Amino acid sequence: MSILSGDSPRSRLLAAAIILLVLGLAIAPFAFSSARTMNTAAKILVFIVLVASYDLILGFAGIISFAHTMFFGIGAYGVAIAMSRMEPGWIALATGSVAALAVSAVLATIIGLFSLRVRTVFFAMITLAVATAFTTAASQLSDWTGGEDGISFKMPAIFQPSFRLFEQPVLGLNVNGRVLSYYFIFVCTIALFLLMLRIVNSPFGRVLQAIRENSFRAEAVGYRTIVYRTLANVLAAMFAACAGILMAIWLRYNGPDTTLSLEIMIDILLMTVIGGMGTLYGAIVGATLFMVAQTYLQDVMALVSGATGHIPLLSNIVHPDRWLLWLGVLFILSVYYFPQGIVGSLRDRAKR
Amino acid sequence: MIAPSLATRDLTVRFGGHVAVNAVSCSFQPGTLTCIVGPNGAGKTTYFNLISGQITPSGGTILLNGNDITRMAVSQRALRGLGRAFQLTSLFPRLSVIENVRLVMQSRQGFGLSLLSTWTSHRQAIEDADACLVRVALTKRRDTLAAELSHGDQRKLEVAMLLALDPDIFMFDEPTAGMSVDEVPVILDLLQGIKKDTAKTILLVEHKMDVVRSLADRIVVLHNGTLLADGKPADVMDLPIVHEAYLGSLPPVQGTAHV
Repeated sequence: MSILSGDSPRSRLLAAAIILLVLGLAIAPFAFSSARTMNTAAKILVFIVLVASYDLILGFAGIISFAHTMFFGIGAYGVAIAMSRMEPGWIALATGSVAALAVSAVLATIIGLFSLRVRTVFFAMITLAVATAFTTAASQLSDWTGGEDGISFKMPAIFQPSFRLFEQPVLGLNVNGRVLSYYFIFVCTIALFLLMLRIVNSPFGRVLQAIRENSFRAEAVGYRTIVYRTLANVLAAMFAACAGILMAIWLRYNGPDTTLSLEIMIDILLMTVIGGMGTLYGAIVGATLFMVAQTYLQDVMALVSGATGHIPLLSNIVHPDRWLLWLGVLFILSVYYFPQGIVGSLRDRAKR
Repeated sequence: MIAPSLATRDLTVRFGGHVAVNAVSCSFQPGTLTCIVGPNGAGKTTYFNLISGQITPSGGTILLNGNDITRMAVSQRALRGLGRAFQLTSLFPRLSVIENVRLVMQSRQGFGLSLLSTWTSHRQAIEDADACLVRVALTKRRDTLAAELSHGDQRKLEVAMLLALDPDIFMFDEPTAGMSVDEVPVILDLLQGIKKDTAKTILLVEHKMDVVRSLADRIVVLHNGTLLADGKPADVMDLPIVHEAYLGSLPPVQGTAHV
């Protein structure tokens, strides 16, 4: 229990789902040989970190920020710029990561101290403005960032696809650099998630919840809410940067559309809400469901559309090109029926 | 004469043209329970808000143990020993009763910024918080969410949170308001208990005159934001101006004053 910081899933169904998911992600390279599946699995891992870090501020501290992808992007650009400008080895990777974390922390502190005093809605607007400015800057400073095209770069040798850890395949799998980067990301995700779970169950985490519940009273019993809010903002930004670093390691590429776009910001928001705000476990459920839906909904629809080809209107509605429409419908339904998110609803059911 | 633990000098606040608190100078000694009385709108709660820092005064100073705290942040005042329970119950609704109290304990014991320990590992704080629940007879409701408590129990939790802060100055704003008759004695006994500690200063805003009579060492009367009378209960109660301004204007429901 201490590894979960005393915060278990508190629902058998949820516990079973999470164990299954983690096991599935652990054996993904062995179980599914296709590059597309492994890519989806790796993205799920990265987004678990990203969504959990967003839940830290949205669900626990009650702060609405639209700058979360900016920190995600800073993490990814940190690695990308360091790897493309320096010798692409461990030193460059470490330099890029540390620099990205430092920039995220400083930027989050400045945004926090300047704007967390004001009302929630103003903070949201300010983060939106800063994030938009940052995206524009990233695409304009093309000497550094590669502009709209982004940057492709090399990873240290053991993360390169041509690298072989063993002479022979293990359990039918060539343990190459891709597999090694996958497991590197897997281990980092588990560690980062457990660290965040510890933080939300620490005395600090409880103060964040108290501030979310009643900041007036939190102040009256002796908590300087601005300090706590700013620190939460900084921590969330640094975890988001970690997710960005992992994303860059996986893709060996970074550009505005992969980490900075407002579309990703909306996706994160949806994943947090669907999974269940203020639960952290919601990040695992939300990120997985969203990524799987995003990747495979088109396939399923192509199948259905093909099977219903003779029915004129129906086959049109389920045409793979309409996948965004159906994704939208799925989300409206899930928010409507599970207002507390999937994790919140499962926990409620377990309590009864 | 004991040095005052808390004092206001010409404390004034204006809202637009309305002077809510008008040049109130008053000192409070440790070991004394002072009741602040006055009709609705007299400025009692506003006076409290000025002292605990929710409102910034337009003029005057506030001294805590001789130090000027007029511009100090609310959270700093709380940590310096100025504790307040609110008239309109102000809790952390979606946290359990014990969590509400434990959070205050954690603030006083100063480990709110601890990031990497689990909150359950701070056993002493939980034990201390449980002790506060015993004092207000709320142990049975320990694990209930604050939002799900009855009104009377919420009032008790409000008081328990103040106990957890263990301040030098206790400020109670109508602690028994809306409580059922059988719940009131718990709070009164508690106030009597705090009174026995001669290091503590108690300020109590109260409407029920029987409560005022049984507890007050001293009564301060506010009317239209001005300090109208200040003295021993027997003396103040007999002043004609008090009868006229305060007792006379009481609504019939609170007519316990005449008992």
